[in-house]
Amino acid sequence: MGVVAALLLIVPFLAGLASFAAPPRVGQAITAVSGVASFGLVLALIPDASQRAASYFGFVRVDALSVVFLLATSFLYATVAIYSIGYLPGGHGHDASARYTRRFSLGLNLFAWSMLAAPLMSNLALLWVAIEVTTVISALLVAIEGTDGAAEAAWKYILIASAGLSIALLGTIFMYYAGAQVLGPHYSMAFAPVLASARHLAVTPVRMAFVLAVLGFGTKVGLFPVHTWLPDAHSEAPTPVSALLSGSLLAVSFYAILRYYQIAVASLGPRFPRDVLLVFGVATLLLAALYLLDQRDYKRLLAYSSMEHMGILAIGVSFGAPIALAGVLLHVLAHAAAKGNAFMGSGVLLRKFGSKEMRGVRGGLDLLPWSGPLFLAAVLALCAMPPFGIFRSEFEIVAGGLATSHNGPTVILVILVTVAFLGLTLSANRMLLSRPRPRPGPGPGSAEPGSAEPGSAEPGTAEPGGPLTRGEPSVWMVVPVAVGLVALLVLGVHPPGELTGLLARAVAQLGSRA
Amino acid sequence: MYLAPFPLAPFPLAQALPTQAPGVFTGGANVIAVLILLAEFGMLRQALLRDHIRLYMAQSALIAILAVIVAAARHIPDLYVLAALTVALKVIVIPLLLRRLLRETDPVGAAAGGADIAGSGGLGEASTVLLAIVVAAFGFFAASRLGIRSDAAPVTALSVSLSVVLVAFVLMIHRRDVVSQAIGLFSLENGISLAALVVAASLPLILEVALLFDLLLAVVVFGLLIRIHHGRGRSLSTADLTRLRG
Repeated sequence: MGVVAALLLIVPFLAGLASFAAPPRVGQAITAVSGVASFGLVLALIPDASQRAASYFGFVRVDALSVVFLLATSFLYATVAIYSIGYLPGGHGHDASARYTRRFSLGLNLFAWSMLAAPLMSNLALLWVAIEVTTVISALLVAIEGTDGAAEAAWKYILIASAGLSIALLGTIFMYYAGAQVLGPHYSMAFAPVLASARHLAVTPVRMAFVLAVLGFGTKVGLFPVHTWLPDAHSEAPTPVSALLSGSLLAVSFYAILRYYQIAVASLGPRFPRDVLLVFGVATLLLAALYLLDQRDYKRLLAYSSMEHMGILAIGVSFGAPIALAGVLLHVLAHAAAKGNAFMGSGVLLRKFGSKEMRGVRGGLDLLPWSGPLFLAAVLALCAMPPFGIFRSEFEIVAGGLATSHNGPTVILVILVTVAFLGLTLSANRMLLSRPRPRPGPGPGSAEPGSAEPGSAEPGTAEPGGPLTRGEPSVWMVVPVAVGLVALLVLGVHPPGELTGLLARAVAQLGSRA
Repeated sequence: MYLAPFPLAPFPLAQALPTQAPGVFTGGANVIAVLILLAEFGMLRQALLRDHIRLYMAQSALIAILAVIVAAARHIPDLYVLAALTVALKVIVIPLLLRRLLRETDPVGAAAGGADIAGSGGLGEASTVLLAIVVAAFGFFAASRLGIRSDAAPVTALSVSLSVVLVAFVLMIHRRDVVSQAIGLFSLENGISLAALVVAASLPLILEVALLFDLLLAVVVFGLLIRIHHGRGRSLSTADLTRLRG
């Protein structure tokens, strides 16, 4: 299995370099192949990881918990890589767009590479380094469109996220201090020995380290009150990047918090870490649910929905019951698939209607025969409607909350999730089920390429003055969303036995001394 | 300069501190830690971006000197390498990159004069410094209550490092231009380096190198984004970054 882990660290990196050097279309194909290959590699890790934790090369460690997050990341990497083939212009002799596509492919692969590397690190300091690398690469991807909004969002993102990660670094150093008191001054900060000796660690430094880690890594998870970069970056980034940011990046940062949570529970007992996560989770969920009610930009809407789900994750962990923890890990997977689908669907809407404003989108179901229903399904999945995966995971979290008599927080959770449901469905209803807006005057059909002005000569895009016709911008933008929907259904109706085994093992790790 | 423990606060380290004069090592390390904090305050006051970079260089050099002192006094040879890398990266490479950036974006104009960007949004200069003194005092006394002991460097330096971190936050919030905000973040990282010298002096060298490499990567990306920012607005000011809200 060491080979598989090594390949996971090598393939996306090489794919990034190759896709930058190759012609744009070839580069996109390389990216797609690398994405699917990474997903396959992670699948190959599942049987072993469900049995035991294994370390390789001195700095790689694979266990059930890390494989859960690798699974979410690699699945999105694969779907988004395929989606990008349709999303990007591809550069037909166009010099500027060819350069853009190559840069984009390089960034996308490296971004996925850094997110796959983070859960594989066996060492808390290297975990921090990997997460910092995800920040700098994704900040460049947020800025890649070169608009005023993108430049502003990228600056806010890198400054706030880096400042947050500096706090996390301070937490890492305090954890090193705590470990050095027990394991001797020259230990390498490897995770396993720290966890094994957690009971002997000094209490105050571990407490400091945990709170600083929650606040620091929480900046990248999008926890209130350090979430302020999140809606900007998600709405201004290119759509494939938004999907990766929301489904994978937030989850990978949450993974870092879970590692510190494991140590904190083993050292301090469950009470303190759970209370901290509960406070952050409820505040995040409250803010996100309220913001969901009043959004005009549908990509920002989805960004606040990501915050909502991160709040649910934090609350779920704070319940501490095994069924709630199983729900949390399933939620990570289901949220990745659902939010990836929703963002990819929003990319189709953007392409079709040419506007990020909800006002500009009318009659999505009529005009988009495939993407319309798929987007609706993704939104319903995000609202935790059965039979999708998020229904099952949120049900488990609520059941865990009631089982551990966290009645107050559970009631708050259910109420706020309902508020979020209201916000999301009302907006989706307005965009999808309304009548297509009649446009004055006959114009060229939008499915006809090259008929409009040079700037918007893509087939299927919005053209000023002309009525929109029924049709999809690109088949590449439909297939990955359909795959994501299948995954959501599988997770919701009947998760495969291997997956439940993996989740059970990861839950045992998280709750081992609870 | 010897910092007496605050008489009213319960000071768990009182027994660790000498009752008469501190030794040369403790005294020297504390003096350097306080100088690092003073450099941070200097940045807060400094309106000229070039001098801002100069102060950052001085602060980084002080970190390197402290690393050498700790290495010599406590026989941790790794720290010599760390000091050398710190000088190479934070005293030479990063200031060079930042200077080049300044030359390209604004050779002699308003930024060099500090006319339109050094001012704060809400608070005046004096109030900001007062606020910084308050948060620095908070950091200093909060750290002293943690009960952390270290064999490497005096714990007073840890208290000072938390002050540096908090003042760096004030600096980033107060300033309204991208270069100062970036330097504020890098000086925040200096504060963490100071803390690391106290509580994690024996951190394996390979990890230190990874952290420094990461800093270099961050500096390069900050430079790219500053250039993009300047290319859009022809200015280094962040006053017009108000488009995205809600």
